[in-house]
Amino acid sequence: MASATTPALRTQARYLAWRSVVRTMRQPIVIVPPLVFPLFLLAINASGLSAATNIPGFPDTSYLAFALAFPFIQGAIFATNTAGANVAEDIGNGFFNRLALTPMSGPSLLAGQLTGVLLIGTLQAVAFLAAGLAAGATIEAGVLGALVLFALSLAIAAAFGAIGLFAGLRTGSSEAVQGLFPLMFILLFLSSATLPRDLISSDWFRTVATINPVSYLIEGLRSLIIIGWDPEALALGFGVAAAIFVIALWAATLALRERLVRT
Amino acid sequence: MDASNGIEAEGLVRQFKEVRAVDGIDLEVSPGEIYGFLGPNGAGKSTTVHMLTTLLPPTAGRASVGGHDIIREGAAVRDVIGVALQDAALDLLLTGREHMKLQGGLHGLSSDEIAKRGDALLERVGLGEAADRRVRTYSGGMKRRLDLALALIHSPRLLFLDEPTTGLDVQSRAALWDEVSGLAHRDGVTVFLTTQYLEEADALADRVGIIHRGQLVAEGTPAALKDQIGRPTLEAVPADSAEAERLEAVLSRFGDPLPVSNGSAAVRLSDGTEELADVVRGLDSEGIKVADLQVHAPTLDDVFLTKTGRSLEGAREEHDVEADTGEHATEQVTA
Repeated sequence: MASATTPALRTQARYLAWRSVVRTMRQPIVIVPPLVFPLFLLAINASGLSAATNIPGFPDTSYLAFALAFPFIQGAIFATNTAGANVAEDIGNGFFNRLALTPMSGPSLLAGQLTGVLLIGTLQAVAFLAAGLAAGATIEAGVLGALVLFALSLAIAAAFGAIGLFAGLRTGSSEAVQGLFPLMFILLFLSSATLPRDLISSDWFRTVATINPVSYLIEGLRSLIIIGWDPEALALGFGVAAAIFVIALWAATLALRERLVRT
Repeated sequence: MDASNGIEAEGLVRQFKEVRAVDGIDLEVSPGEIYGFLGPNGAGKSTTVHMLTTLLPPTAGRASVGGHDIIREGAAVRDVIGVALQDAALDLLLTGREHMKLQGGLHGLSSDEIAKRGDALLERVGLGEAADRRVRTYSGGMKRRLDLALALIHSPRLLFLDEPTTGLDVQSRAALWDEVSGLAHRDGVTVFLTTQYLEEADALADRVGIIHRGQLVAEGTPAALKDQIGRPTLEAVPADSAEAERLEAVLSRFGDPLPVSNGSAAVRLSDGTEELADVVRGLDSEGIKVADLQVHAPTLDDVFLTKTGRSLEGAREEHDVEADTGEHATEQVTA
């Protein structure tokens, strides 16, 4: 006779993360675009916008190195989509009820999904960094800086993944989650992704980029690549990522509580 | 067998806005019993299952499952029940064995237990060879059997099966009936089974509850329920369809007319089959020739008809029309 006991939260999260990773790995459509599209866009930006390096005040670096932070954020946006669509699909097809009938706790569901997102985020970060280095970019902050770059990119993936979880749990609709995708891209393009904020000539654009949290995420990542160690940029990057994560996770927890109405 | 393996409900109600999907149901299911919950789509079967399995809080009433209160002790209820809901909700990207691993892991089984019990269950439901295939390649019957195996991974004392054979072919249905019957009568598992198939309730259930518009309208063993109706029905088809009205008039002398749709006439015989010879003599004396004459022993559909005023088939069609026109919210609200 099997002996069922309520497993520890980390054990539940481990099983849910395992499922999340297996699912992702078996869907090339979920893996390939988040790897290829950001690199494709990086290549276009690096070649098409290289003249921007001639603008007085532009950092003394190649445009490739300047833009290398871009794919990390773009990859994180894909994480939003993956996390949200997975949970929405589970709600739509009833798998969520199957999970709800086990001793699974709400936090373990969130942690499991986010762990899956982080594993994919790691894969992306390795690919983006390797591609950047292969194309001639260098990491000014050195090897330790590369590790911090990984850490920040994972924090950003977790923050965006939590937004996806909230959207998926709140709406229960994959389509609604997909609808977030263009909105996130608009946020990315209205940030300091393509130019330093002080070189944006249009006032409205500079104002939007300044209040846009994505700018600080990009600048944190970018500082390690083109500056070296910039405590302020890193603190803002990690701080904004943590703030988004906490708020999105709180919202996701509330949405989960509403969704998981079991007694 | 544990004495607390039963199910008890008193005045269970679930209201969805204006619609009372379950309207004051009282239930008592004994340990080791197979209880068939019979009714058409939209009758409130799934909503009842969702409440008893803790997925949906009742609006009013109380219930205990396996000795635990469904409202105050939801986690304890979930520990002792296995559930296969109406749609076999499976992850098409995972294999059968991987489903076992996930379900067993979330129930706190060790890796060894998951492997051992998972393999045994997959073999038992005939999925041993398909265990490492992704579920997207499974047939409907295979998915249902996997669903059943998953519900059993943690050795539950009570099993809830929500329309487990809907959409299955005859062979798959029979195999599932055998398995469910064995679980109850061999292993002492209490089974609460919803179905809209009369023959399923008749063949499998020790006791049947008939639910109609959210209310339990009859309850008992299939034999006892049929005995309540008691009298057989007689259906005759005239050789000449123009004689249908005269045929009906003759038959009505021997019992209560029943609704039929195919140009025939039917009555519930007032004095049982003993009247059969009188019926034939009556038809002969009126010169009515019949193409077919059949006597039917009472069925659960007759019970349903008597208790609700319509046949189960008719109730299904009525629900379909209501669903199409959106006039009647159904239990699918909870899905």
